[in-house]
Amino acid sequence: MTAPNGKNGEVFDGEAARLVVNDLRATVSTGKTKSYEWRVSQLKSLIKFSEEHEMEIVDALRSDLSKPEFESFVQEISMVKSSCKLALKELKNWMKPEKAKTSITTFPSSAEIVSEPFGVILIIGAWNYPFMLCLDPLIGAIAAGNAVVLKPSEVSPKTSSLLAKYLREYMDNSAIKVVEGAVPETSALLEQKWDKILYTGNGKVGRIVLAAAAKHLTPVILELGGKSPVVVDSNINLKVDSLKTELTKFYGEDPLYSEDLSRIVNSNHYARLTNMLDDEKVSGKIVHGGQRDKAEVKIAPTILLDVPEDSLIMNEEIFGPLLPIITVDKVEDSFYVINTRPKPLAAYLFTNNKKLKEDFVRNVSAGGLLINDTTMHLAVPGLPFGGVGESGMGSYHGKFSFDAFSHKKAVLHRSFAGDASARYPPYTPGKLNLLKALLNGNILGIIRALFGLSKV
Amino acid sequence: MEGVKKDLEGELEELRETYNCGKTKEETWRRSQLKALLNLLKEKEDDIFKALKQDLGKHQAEAYRDEIGTLVKSVDYALANLKKWMSSKKAGLPLAVFPSTAELVPEPLGLVLIISSWNLPFGLSIEPLIGAIAAGNVVVIKPSELAPACASILATSIHTYLDNRGVKVIQGGISVGQQLLQHKWDKIFFTGSAHVGRIVLSAAIKHLTPVTLELGGKCPAVVDSLSSTWDKEIAAKRIISAKFGTCAGQACIGIDYILAEKRFTSNLVELLKLYTKKMFGENPKETNSIARIINKTNFLRLKNLLEEPMVKTSIVHGGSLDEDNLFIEPTILVDPPLNSTLMTEEIFGPLLPIITVDKIEESIDFIKSRPKALAIYAFTCNETLKGRLISETSSGSVTFNDTIVQYAADSLPFGGVGGSGFGRYHGKFSFDTFTHEKAVLKRIDLLFDIWFRYPPWNDKKLMLLKSAYKFDYLGLLLKALGLKKS
Repeated sequence: MTAPNGKNGEVFDGEAARLVVNDLRATVSTGKTKSYEWRVSQLKSLIKFSEEHEMEIVDALRSDLSKPEFESFVQEISMVKSSCKLALKELKNWMKPEKAKTSITTFPSSAEIVSEPFGVILIIGAWNYPFMLCLDPLIGAIAAGNAVVLKPSEVSPKTSSLLAKYLREYMDNSAIKVVEGAVPETSALLEQKWDKILYTGNGKVGRIVLAAAAKHLTPVILELGGKSPVVVDSNINLKVDSLKTELTKFYGEDPLYSEDLSRIVNSNHYARLTNMLDDEKVSGKIVHGGQRDKAEVKIAPTILLDVPEDSLIMNEEIFGPLLPIITVDKVEDSFYVINTRPKPLAAYLFTNNKKLKEDFVRNVSAGGLLINDTTMHLAVPGLPFGGVGESGMGSYHGKFSFDAFSHKKAVLHRSFAGDASARYPPYTPGKLNLLKALLNGNILGIIRALFGLSKV
Repeated sequence: MEGVKKDLEGELEELRETYNCGKTKEETWRRSQLKALLNLLKEKEDDIFKALKQDLGKHQAEAYRDEIGTLVKSVDYALANLKKWMSSKKAGLPLAVFPSTAELVPEPLGLVLIISSWNLPFGLSIEPLIGAIAAGNVVVIKPSELAPACASILATSIHTYLDNRGVKVIQGGISVGQQLLQHKWDKIFFTGSAHVGRIVLSAAIKHLTPVTLELGGKCPAVVDSLSSTWDKEIAAKRIISAKFGTCAGQACIGIDYILAEKRFTSNLVELLKLYTKKMFGENPKETNSIARIINKTNFLRLKNLLEEPMVKTSIVHGGSLDEDNLFIEPTILVDPPLNSTLMTEEIFGPLLPIITVDKIEESIDFIKSRPKALAIYAFTCNETLKGRLISETSSGSVTFNDTIVQYAADSLPFGGVGGSGFGRYHGKFSFDTFTHEKAVLKRIDLLFDIWFRYPPWNDKKLMLLKSAYKFDYLGLLLKALGLKKS
């Protein structure tokens, strides 16, 4: 079977993309992807793939990012497997229609909310967690009964081709396809009509995705980023020296050559980051680190103190191992600093002060907040993962993934008995009274109206 | 009130300031605004009736049934549930993050724009407003200029009853709409046509504004053979009232067309004619129980639908038009051509085509091959057919043996899918649509720490973490104590 793109030297253009979508639509219309058995089989295949090729996945991540095995396991492979297992465990429950209460307004009736797949989904992955950010949304889309095209990031090419190869081998190709490529292939895909799109990446491309989706009225989930701040309260007594000590514990005296430190993904990003550091307003503010190796495409963990507010490093998402510390007079001032900037994906606070915690939760808006730790909220399937404002729209993880890729259809069963003739013309004042009582759910009012006892 | 007319920038600036000072986040503010809405609906009822009569020729009963009454119900529901909706929800936790608490904290999005349509000018403005206020946002409503009397009453009464620094009505036509769309909103809620929906979506891109689109579509009614006379009569009544008695068919969830078996169609047509006469009299124009067509443009659009070849000849009842009074008689057609504009675009008027099939099950494929509608109706006692309709078709909603009433159900989400839109509201779904559910994870203290999270990494740490992620507490303990290998 010919791969959908590139392998025969053919260009993956709009026509090729259209054919892919048509194929998937044909599959969806057979109803195959709706069946519980199909969804379970696909999820099990994903687990099998992750387990049987774990070392290859680790190698691909090491090749793309010099990601240490530990990070690959804990932050990518393990997360994907737990997501699959959770979905397998909960799928029957998730798929069950939810009963909805009915009121006297529609009496007698019964109502439910039925989850159904949207149809054909496009998932565009990112390069920093190239395995997880492709497969975690895929798990949700499959659990919800959809067909999917996955477009992994070309900036992490080894992972991209690994996914293309093994998803073709392990998954149902009539419903799950991987399209590799860069801007031309992504544009060709975006021209098509999708039933939902999930994009992980930056705001600039996020807007391009939204523009393409608008033509077809396609709903979109955007998982973007932002400048996620960490507020450290004074009573934590954290000094720069302790940070330096911990960094040395983690990465040794020569962090650039530690096996536990990932590299920068490519020379573009390396240049972007060194540019931030070399800004003359900023370079003097480095208090730790700053070493770099262009050939290895690595930058050592770097701490900076009080860089100017208008520097590039303080105005664009850093997305690299540079940690600026901004000092304020009172810790509460930091909330103001955060709130005058675009809403980030996450905000963190370290403190023992109960009131400060409450103020933080009440006043700081971000996709998610974490107090006295960092990033762990991603590991909680009961919490949605997504942004707000500039950091994105929509969310997923756990059941939120299932919901993200499901249309929740309202179903109302009415009976022929119990007809309120007050609904129908010809309209009279008596009918109006009865309607008023019915809509207010006011039993006494209904009785009075029925007996003609109400005043107009 | 001060006589100074502020410009648009000034108005929006004032709303942002109000939001930033935190007032609208307080439960007291939200409650006061919702209560004020109740007072508005009760005290301004006559003005609202007059405006609806003027703009659309709506009868009071229809106005109450479809707009005021449902709004009162919705405000009451929001008031009764507000505390619950505003409270945080706990979430369950794996060991990897022990000891912690996790919760979902609802917070307002900020500055909200509600753009409403002209067919239910009060309902479609205030129903979303209820949700936006309950969720703690500041709001601009841009009502449709095609229902000017209603827009005006909406503006003056909201100005009188609600907090002007937090809720504003900005009137105007296309250019005002375009100006509004240039600004940064934290959410846009749009009810209207797909064409304008695309314009709204495109404008929202710049600021990554999340949007809810409540569109329409061709809502089919599958009418199966019903054995009981009572059932047949109720079905006919409900169909007629949904089509002709709800803004003269100008409703997003009105029945667009019927699907029925050939052998029962003539019976069905007789029943429909009978009840049309019963509800609207021999001369429907004389009765004041049918709304008018909103304006000349739409009147001519509907007139043109009827003039296409083979459509006119398929009329079995009605068909008369009065351009001066913008009145179209309730019209029933049987099997107009499927490629006519009548059968390819949303009708939004009092023209009711019946498409005949050999067996009622064919309706399912008919519906599936067309864009997803906002609502599917089916009049049937056949449980198998019901099951197939639910599982084989997709639409915003499915209602069996009735029409329109799903609009009044607080516990059911109201919204479309595919061509009929995305996002939803009503009841708690209104609150949710204007809310950001913020994930909050709190580690209880800083003492307990899983030392194997940090570099330098080694196999032992990897093994321990594998156990922790599997919720395998015993394994974790044993491995940590060196009593078990991976």
